[in-house]
Amino acid sequence: MINSGLIRRGGPRFSGASSRMMPQARIAGPMPWVIAIMIALTVMAAGAGLALSNVASNARAEIAGGVTIQIVEGAPAERERQADRTLTFLGGREDIISFRRVPDEELAALLEPWLGEAATESEAVPTPALIDVRLSGPVTARRLQDLRAALVAEVPAARLDAQAGWLAPVFEAIRSLQYLAIGLVVLLAATSVAAVWLAARSALGSNRDTIEVIHHLGGSDGQIARIFQRSIGLDAALGGAAGLALGVGAIFVLGRQFSDLGSGLVAGGALALEDWITIAAVPVAGVVLAVLTARLTVIGALRRML
Amino acid sequence: MSGGENSIVQFDNVGLRYGTDKEVLSDISFTLYPGSFYFLTGASGAGKTSMLKLLYLAQRPTRGAIRMFGHDLITQPRASLPDFRRRIGVVFQDFRLIPHLTAFDNVALPLRISGMSESEIAKPVADMLEWVGLEHRIDARPATLSGGEQQRVAIARAVIARPEILVADEPTGNVDPEMAVKLLRLFEALNRLGTTVVVATHDVHLLRKVPDSLIMRLDKGTLSDPTGALRYPPKREVIAG
Repeated sequence: MINSGLIRRGGPRFSGASSRMMPQARIAGPMPWVIAIMIALTVMAAGAGLALSNVASNARAEIAGGVTIQIVEGAPAERERQADRTLTFLGGREDIISFRRVPDEELAALLEPWLGEAATESEAVPTPALIDVRLSGPVTARRLQDLRAALVAEVPAARLDAQAGWLAPVFEAIRSLQYLAIGLVVLLAATSVAAVWLAARSALGSNRDTIEVIHHLGGSDGQIARIFQRSIGLDAALGGAAGLALGVGAIFVLGRQFSDLGSGLVAGGALALEDWITIAAVPVAGVVLAVLTARLTVIGALRRML
Repeated sequence: MSGGENSIVQFDNVGLRYGTDKEVLSDISFTLYPGSFYFLTGASGAGKTSMLKLLYLAQRPTRGAIRMFGHDLITQPRASLPDFRRRIGVVFQDFRLIPHLTAFDNVALPLRISGMSESEIAKPVADMLEWVGLEHRIDARPATLSGGEQQRVAIARAVIARPEILVADEPTGNVDPEMAVKLLRLFEALNRLGTTVVVATHDVHLLRKVPDSLIMRLDKGTLSDPTGALRYPPKREVIAG
């Protein structure tokens, strides 16, 4: 009757049936929902961070090499003369890719909300002539200084500004928002780890007797940890999938609302394929993090037993 | 360390205390050879359970030396202990069956831990449950089993993997005399195949049922061994399993 030599020595893994060794419901509980919420928030934060990054890099690319020349002259005839001389000056330089005088109608339309229609029509408020210039390569302080010196020698009323300088505060704000998004992702990851840690501790507590029996029958720390890993990994996968769906849905809705604004700056924040791949990796990272946290928690607790 | 070279377990001046309390076991020395059958007796509080805990590696001694399967357990790293535990079968006094598992799954547990496949497990587990008279309760959970049935499941779980040492704490406490004898015969069968059996009991009638057994009597944490037979026991013939 008694079988001989049944036991295999070494460090075996539990087979699939081992998942029955712990009552699953005790580990699952609210875990998938907690993880779903965490993943949804992380996906939204990551989506926002990536969109802001795209806004910043697209805007930078757009204004790289951009210089605005203003002809600040009260007398309209002299202003026109100096504007023409400036266009001639720019046409003779090889380091300039393109230039364009902003038409007076466009300028008036820009100023109308502040000065009113009558003010812009009647020259009651003299407005400078504006010329949009694109240099080859980035605008360095040295290049700007050289160009300014050469132009002012011929056109005394000319004022030069790098466009990047105007938008520097905007970039600073975008960078701050990116840091905020990164901070949110890190905080949410830490909160997820804490939630999984608590769930694993709770599961350990409620299954202590079972764990002790498996331990006394020769179950290794790794075998016992794998039972918890499998359970929490499954919870995290379910929660991650739900969280991803929620997060992506929110990104779509917000993206549509922002695109309706028709702002060029906002349009530059559209997510590219690699951004969507990064977002899709969030729940995968969540599962890995949850499984790793569960393993470390369980092994840490088991090490207190002989 | 004293004792024979071929011993399976060797305790040498072992002491055990919990925390800062006084020692619950003091100067315990004995040697177990493969195939020996021991009854561990003593009054309540004499240290039987603590002794068994040392034997099934639930505790490390606070002093002294223990060799098991030819290895010094005191210096063994913790990670190697599961391999030792898989060679020891344990029948706990309170059975310690896993409540959400069926009788089949409880008995199959040591085999699953050892890495056997489900196809390899089915027959030996069914045979074992039949041997202990529980073939009709194969799918029953512990809560639906009587005390005696739970004890038989616990015993089946302890012996299913044919351990080299079987440690049983009051294994016949909840079964009728007929089943007690049947379970003892199971232990003897294992014993004849080379398993070293240590049964803790206070049932003196049980001691007479296994004529070749040796008796380890604990009294207030010390082992009574007036003839030295526990420390230097006579070797026995072992039937190869």
